[in-house]
Amino acid sequence: MSEILAAALVNGLLTGGVYALVALGLTLIYGVLHIVNFAHGALLMVGMFGAWMLATHLGLSPYAAVPVMTLAMFGFGWALYRFVIGRVSRGEDRALLLATLGVSIVLENAALIAFSGDMRQLQTDLTFAVWEMGPLLLSVPRLISFAVAVAMAGLLWALMSRTDTGRAIRAVAREPEGARLMGIRPDRMFALAYGIGVACLGAAACLLLPTFYVSPNVGDTFVLVAFTIVVLGGMGSFPGALIGGLLIGVTESLGGLLLGESLGPICISVVFIAVLLLRPTGLFGAAR
Amino acid sequence: MGEALLQVRGLSKRFGGLRAVHDVAIDVPQGAITALIGPNGAGKTTTFAMIAGFVRPDSGSVRFAGDDLTGWRADRIAARGMVRTFQITQPFAGLSVMENIRVGAFLREPLPAAAERLAREIGTRLGLGPMLDRQAAALTVAGRKRLEIARALATRPRLLLLDEVMAGLNPAELNEIVALIRAVHASGVTILLIEHIMQAVVALAADAFVLAEGVLIAHGTPREIAADPRVIEAYLGQGAAARMAWHG
Amino acid sequence: MRLRLSALASVALASVALASVALTPFALSSQFLVNLATLTAFSAFIGQAWNISGGFGGLTSFGHAAYFGVGAYVAALITTRTGLSPWLAFPAAACLGAATGGVIGFASFRAGLRGSYFALVTLAFAEAFRVIANSAGFTSGGLGIHLPLRPGIAALQFQDRRLSYALVLALLGLATAIALQLRRGRFGARLIALRENEDAARALGIDVVRVKTTALALSGALTALGGVVYAQTYLYIDPGIAFGTERSVEMLLVCMIGGAGTVLGPILGAILLHAIADTARLWIDLPGVAPMLYGVVLLIAVWLLPGGVVALRTRLDRG
Repeated sequence: MSEILAAALVNGLLTGGVYALVALGLTLIYGVLHIVNFAHGALLMVGMFGAWMLATHLGLSPYAAVPVMTLAMFGFGWALYRFVIGRVSRGEDRALLLATLGVSIVLENAALIAFSGDMRQLQTDLTFAVWEMGPLLLSVPRLISFAVAVAMAGLLWALMSRTDTGRAIRAVAREPEGARLMGIRPDRMFALAYGIGVACLGAAACLLLPTFYVSPNVGDTFVLVAFTIVVLGGMGSFPGALIGGLLIGVTESLGGLLLGESLGPICISVVFIAVLLLRPTGLFGAAR
Repeated sequence: MGEALLQVRGLSKRFGGLRAVHDVAIDVPQGAITALIGPNGAGKTTTFAMIAGFVRPDSGSVRFAGDDLTGWRADRIAARGMVRTFQITQPFAGLSVMENIRVGAFLREPLPAAAERLAREIGTRLGLGPMLDRQAAALTVAGRKRLEIARALATRPRLLLLDEVMAGLNPAELNEIVALIRAVHASGVTILLIEHIMQAVVALAADAFVLAEGVLIAHGTPREIAADPRVIEAYLGQGAAARMAWHG
Repeated sequence: MRLRLSALASVALASVALASVALTPFALSSQFLVNLATLTAFSAFIGQAWNISGGFGGLTSFGHAAYFGVGAYVAALITTRTGLSPWLAFPAAACLGAATGGVIGFASFRAGLRGSYFALVTLAFAEAFRVIANSAGFTSGGLGIHLPLRPGIAALQFQDRRLSYALVLALLGLATAIALQLRRGRFGARLIALRENEDAARALGIDVVRVKTTALALSGALTALGGVVYAQTYLYIDPGIAFGTERSVEMLLVCMIGGAGTVLGPILGAILLHAIADTARLWIDLPGVAPMLYGVVLLIAVWLLPGGVVALRTRLDRG
């Protein structure tokens, strides 16, 4: 029993790494633009179909596709904010929420038209590869995903805290007026931040592909997970998203083990509702 | 001599490490106009917010009409008859002026027709007659200040808490609003007003409390207070009273 | 040339126009037209239910499917598990829908959730309900529930489609009467005041948690009635149909397009939405085309029509 538990724990941590990457994009977008990006799941789905097409049409391994998809999704996210979300919403709270909802509906159904509702699973040489570590059998693609996800999180942190672009984005997030006076155009920074947030999804999509199915509504599975992580870790907090991701990965895995396949997912909703009702600032967020 | 209508004792509030209000005591006698004055950032608005139930005090008590209302919710305090206005006016922007006032009237008048009649009557009395069916967003600053008072009056309060209703008005508008407050008072409403403008306070209030850096520093008639060196220093800065005495 | 109609005349005109449009299907025997009218009226009805909390109260909910699903399951369970009349599903669903809305509302509003946070928490509640329905025994889990075919008014199953249409129209009338009352009465004034400015409303003696919770309970009750009609009409429900996001989106969409917080908004929104979606279906009949258009229409509505179609008239009036 303890071995099953340990296996569930480790598997949860490994999945949690990729969840964290998904959540980092979401928390970045919230922290800078104060947008609750409802299109996050749909954008992840777009990334997964992109990586899937690269793999099936060009034979590109999902891992090799990470840089390509990261860049491509950055471009997509940037353009999406610049030409759709930013224009449609005029910066109003409710309009932003509805605009991202509208984008997610359009993307999901466009994918449904283009690819039909079938679930697709990419089989790579690594899909079923395992690595024995003592009594535990670790899935190799999950290990790789975890390592790359953590590396990407480090890269994102470095980008935001060590580069001029990152500093400019953070300045706009904190003091839009002040930043404007210093010659920074807030709307450009917003599009940039949205692009970076969506770029995280490009990487996450590639990492998920070997172990997860793809379908037009696959994003629905991740929307609530990502929001739960971000709320748990504190909206806008990077370390919070990382730790929250791991926690939720483990919660989901243990929940599935203890409550069964069908009832297990309720853990995510319950955690989400409980955090929002009892401690809306999250575990690591500052009190407001 | 009974107890004052509003009796505030030992009211204190900290925000983080900052002492916003410390040990404030205020009495508002039934039927009077009382003023709470002080320089910007003295803690007047925080004191007001604690009295009206918008901010929970760290310690101290608020007694109104014989009941302890400390820590009550704002809406319950309003229902008891103590109603505030806002310095930064807070109209229901999408509604008409009449509908704005009617929201207040509904506190005591459950029937729509009666509430509307009351709203129109109070609006007209406060000089908003021609604007009653226009959007509240279309009002000027002075109009919005009147709307704040009208809405509060429509709840038929016993005590009206006016938060800087004169800020941002020109001299002509100022005279009008002073007359308006007198009329409201004459109709039987007790008033506590926060003010920054000394001249208005002298014209209206029988009694004034002075707050500086979160602490009460003086209490008396407006004329006494205007001559109090501690008050002058608080308003004009260190050494001002001595310099004025020297030149005077 | 610009026509200026007085407010009263234009409302009367709109009512007459709507009434004649609404009554036309009774005169026609075309099944297609009656079905189309029923679907449109149904969207308008659940949209009007959403409008009560989401429009008048400004409480943007992404999870109204929770109440819809509760109603649908109540109907399915009463029909399949008890010998009671399916008509009893209406009061039962209304009570349970109100209770669900009341609990979700009380918990959320007490915690001070607003705007996006409230939208997300309602979504999470609907998702939790879906997971429960998917795994519980009494709901038959993911298999869903088939209601036995028993045509007859006593079993709340109408062979004549015009009768279903009449039922939906009656429910739409009920929801619209409630919306009209909100525009007139004290409760509605308080609800709207909270939407416009919460601090000012509190200062005027309005109990925030109580008013918002009541609005959500009322909206939940009406939405649950919609769930009953759905289950009794299509005779099959499963967790995805009952608690899926699509239903929640449909409700908010008709309001956003027509004009949230207005009495006519959801009705105009539903007519417009179905006109667009069903015309599109005639041209290209692929799964996903109509819902994708919903998304496009939502984006356009948020972009160009912040007050919905209803606001166009006022804008035109003002020139």
